[in-house]
Amino acid sequence: MKLGVVTFPGTCDDVDARLAAAKVADAVALWHRDPDLHGVDGVIVPGGFSYGDYLRAGAIARFSPVMASVVSFARAGGPVLGICNGFQILCEAGLLPGALLPNTGLRFVCRQVDLVVQTTDTPFTSTCTVGEILSIPAKHTTGRFFGDVAPEQVVLRYAPGHNFNGSQDDIAGIVNEQGNVMGLMPHPEHAVDRLVGGSADGLKLFEGMARVAVA
Amino acid sequence: MRARVLIRPKAGILDPQGVAVERALPALGFAGASNVHVGRLVELDVADASQLEEMCRKLLANPLIEDYEIVLADASTASSLREHREAKG
Repeated sequence: MKLGVVTFPGTCDDVDARLAAAKVADAVALWHRDPDLHGVDGVIVPGGFSYGDYLRAGAIARFSPVMASVVSFARAGGPVLGICNGFQILCEAGLLPGALLPNTGLRFVCRQVDLVVQTTDTPFTSTCTVGEILSIPAKHTTGRFFGDVAPEQVVLRYAPGHNFNGSQDDIAGIVNEQGNVMGLMPHPEHAVDRLVGGSADGLKLFEGMARVAVA
Repeated sequence: MRARVLIRPKAGILDPQGVAVERALPALGFAGASNVHVGRLVELDVADASQLEEMCRKLLANPLIEDYEIVLADASTASSLREHREAKG
């Protein structure tokens, strides 16, 4: 079972994403100019500042050769997880509804946040329980979610007092209507080892993704 | 042909940059400025101005969160081609 992790120029969380993926599967590096997904069973679009965030976060990355393949893979039902800049890219690519706007405070914020699991009817949260709190780091300037999204598509919400970016309805993570594409602003890949991540709660999302990818 | 694309946050969406500027102006003694919004300007030369609309929709702006206005700059008085406002949102 293979999980691919995409690297664009400006991506900075691909190494941690590969380390996280390697805890649950074989991690495969995917390159933005290579449309070949190398037979992976799931794709992770990690965080960073793809193409310098020029124009708008994710606006240019969505037109890269690898993304054309990721879009086809997702439309065919393959599991795709977008984290932070990856979430922005998946929204720009039309795989997820809505968009990410600048934080209401206009500042880059880096902190641990509590996320409340809203549903376990997605591959990614199938290892969680409804109402469970996941403690994982968030770090971004452009994370205020805005968009038309059905309540059942909201997978993760910021716990009371943890919505630092002004996201609509405290939304931290959503899935598409089919449930196979997920995006979230906080970083589960930085919380897969208690020694350095503050918690290992983020690992659950990768375990869930690997479970469905193999099914 | 020289063109300018003016991109601004959609009406109704909180624009914290605009709010910050609006609050800064009175502090500098400029009274009476309101409704401040901060957007982007894209200037470009185009061979076919009829493609600008599609360029805006596909890349230059995100119609979900931004309005855009195309201005052709070589007319003696710059003429606004169109101000696009998506009904949605």
